[in-house]
Amino acid sequence: MRLELSRAVQGCRLGLLTGLGNTGQHSLEVPGCLLYTRCATVPHLTQDTLHTLRDLPSVTQVSVDSLAEHHEVLEEFKEGLRKFAGLHDTVLFCSLHDSANSIPAGHVTNKTVSVWGSGGRIELTAARFMAIQAAIQPDFYQSMADGETWQAGTSRKRVRKAVDRTLAHLDECLVLHQKTQELKQSEIFGVVEGGDILEERLRSARETAKRPVGGFVLDGFHSAAMDQDVRVQLIKATSAELPQEKPRLVLGVGRPDEVISCVEAGVDLFESFFPFQVTERGCALSFNYNIDPDPETAVLEFNGEMPAVKKLNSNGDENMTPYEMNLKDKRYHDDFRPLVEGCSCYCCEKHMRAYVHHLLVTNELLGGVLLMLHNMAHYLGFFKALREAITSDRLQDFKNRVLHCREGD
Amino acid sequence: MAAPIPGSTHECEGSMASVKAVSSAAPLALRIVAECPVSKARACTLTLPHCAVSTPVFMPVGTQGTLKGITVDQLEDLDCQICLGNTYHLGMRPGPELIEKADGLHGFMKWNRNLLTDSGGFQMVSLVELSEVTEEGVTFHSPYDGKEILLTPEQSIAIQNSLGSDIMMQLDDVVSSTVKGPRVEEAMHRSVRWLDRCIAANKNPDRQNLFAIIQGGLDAKLRKACLDEMTKRDVPGFAIGGLSGGEEKDDFWKMVTLSTEHLPREKPRYLMGVGYALDLVVCVALGCDMFDCVFPTRTARFGSALVPWGSLQLKQKQYAKDFQPIDPDCQCPTCRRHSRAYLHALFKSDTAAMHHITIHNISYQLTLMQSVRQSIIEQRFPEFVKAFMKRMFPSREQYPSWAVEALQSVNICVC
Repeated sequence: MRLELSRAVQGCRLGLLTGLGNTGQHSLEVPGCLLYTRCATVPHLTQDTLHTLRDLPSVTQVSVDSLAEHHEVLEEFKEGLRKFAGLHDTVLFCSLHDSANSIPAGHVTNKTVSVWGSGGRIELTAARFMAIQAAIQPDFYQSMADGETWQAGTSRKRVRKAVDRTLAHLDECLVLHQKTQELKQSEIFGVVEGGDILEERLRSARETAKRPVGGFVLDGFHSAAMDQDVRVQLIKATSAELPQEKPRLVLGVGRPDEVISCVEAGVDLFESFFPFQVTERGCALSFNYNIDPDPETAVLEFNGEMPAVKKLNSNGDENMTPYEMNLKDKRYHDDFRPLVEGCSCYCCEKHMRAYVHHLLVTNELLGGVLLMLHNMAHYLGFFKALREAITSDRLQDFKNRVLHCREGD
Repeated sequence: MAAPIPGSTHECEGSMASVKAVSSAAPLALRIVAECPVSKARACTLTLPHCAVSTPVFMPVGTQGTLKGITVDQLEDLDCQICLGNTYHLGMRPGPELIEKADGLHGFMKWNRNLLTDSGGFQMVSLVELSEVTEEGVTFHSPYDGKEILLTPEQSIAIQNSLGSDIMMQLDDVVSSTVKGPRVEEAMHRSVRWLDRCIAANKNPDRQNLFAIIQGGLDAKLRKACLDEMTKRDVPGFAIGGLSGGEEKDDFWKMVTLSTEHLPREKPRYLMGVGYALDLVVCVALGCDMFDCVFPTRTARFGSALVPWGSLQLKQKQYAKDFQPIDPDCQCPTCRRHSRAYLHALFKSDTAAMHHITIHNISYQLTLMQSVRQSIIEQRFPEFVKAFMKRMFPSREQYPSWAVEALQSVNICVC
């Protein structure tokens, strides 16, 4: 793979990740997101419903969390996860964990990490981790890592250990990677740890950058781990230590405001578990990212009628963000408008809020399908608009547009 | 209406304009395309307000205005021409007023083909404890807010008028087929009276078809009496009711064949609540045209995939490394792309596994009916039945005796 950066604007890197896939014909725009899946399926969606979405990311993400329990099956199948799952023509990235689930702490040792499948905890050594990668045959994957530094009050000693272990795991994985026939076409990404301690982040970044990796995964930066300001500061510092021409992917960051600040700090790629989390709480992404609204919309906004902030406690999930609307709310019972005016996803072109509300209230499976389609479409639209804003030097307008809804908090 | 091309299943281009020329009385026209010379099976084209339907037909059940995880586009792609909505559930949530505002159930769920709604009677009796039937209607306590609700024939039709379904069912006095004694007769007579009230209450006879439901339990005399009475009413179609409970199959088929014997040839016959493949094939032989059942879609959500030789319980360990599709001969989207092993694995991670099986099972049922129809048109239905039985059962000894007898009664010998 190759990262072709076209420009760097106010810290944001803009470009194209090319040469992806086993024939090298795929590419991914940067900044961008991967296609989040559980066991190679975008939650709730079959291939037919998935492909109502336009401009899907060319890279699909899976995690060892959901695949470890199928190791034996994949090994017997021999031809890799892509074929096993019926995915045609997509690039595959494998992470260690599924960022939509929280990982119970206390299960990392010097030699092992743990993942959680449907049957419970599975402990992995680097050797077993690599055997699983050999069975999956991803196009690129993150090395095994100790990322358990997110709890409040994690000691400096613990953070240092995480960095040390992660480097040791990387070295072991690299050796095994070279020896593994099935991974000949794959690339391994190094993982930068370091918690919220600047020196450790720098150390981790410098040491990881010395290894022959294809790119970098920034771990331990997810929402619960630290404040936005600390995150930005650390990522900026980390980024400066990493070779410019290699891509940087951050794990566990999905909220639009956090995405924007990470892009400004030098991150290229994100996961797309956030639209899934929004779906699971019966909500639809509704924030406006369009910096060139038509005059009519601008007037509505001025009069306060645009989808602005809802009170977070209107029978909404406590995790609900200002970027979404709660379709379970009674107010949508007879609202015949699409979820978001102007959205061209299957749900918005075909259905109305009242119908989705009904599906959620009656616990119907189609509710999840329609919301997943809308939320994914909206999220992809957000990334596209972000890239356009950077390209046309209108990042500040973009930020004003997306972030203004936080003012009502 | 153009003659259907043999083998064609795309008959949804029929318009109401051509139907008016055939029958001006009701928004329904039945054209018998072929009849089996040996048995009572027939293949027809049933023209309804939204499109034409090829029969025999299996109608999937979309209880709450949705077919369990499947989009209307996916349902259309499977060549489904008619499906069911449930008056009881939709009447509760979101309620008929809202649905009427949304342009009927078609407009609410965005399904452009045909819809059939039942009356709500069956759910009330089967789902709700403490329901009481009087001449006025069925009284019960709402499970949502505990209020006492009375569902009368007039109210059932009013709700169904708001839903705007192409076929509506009368409110009938439903009695379980295992009940014996005077209650059965009482229910049969009351159903006739309620039929008349339903006919009178229908605000839209020009675009909604009201079907009668033949009752009478497992008593031949009562059933015959019901048939005699109900066939005097000018309804566009008849359903055979009260037969999908826990009754013995030996009694079941006899009531089915008695019913078709006395129903008019030129009107559709709808056997309610029947959906197992064997039951469908036998009852087509006995002269039924339309069927509905929650079984295929419900069993899909438990990981059970229907195949010509039975069913596969995909959540079982034996499928973990089975890299074939559910049915190598099946052309549905699931079988064209996925293996049993992948579906087995996916069941541990995501709801989409259920959707894949649901799509396959609906495809299985619809394809089965299309094959049955084709064989009738090509005058080889008895051969089809024999081949079907051979595929489904490992040996002749295992053919269920009720099915063998039922088929024998219409001159199809599978022994």
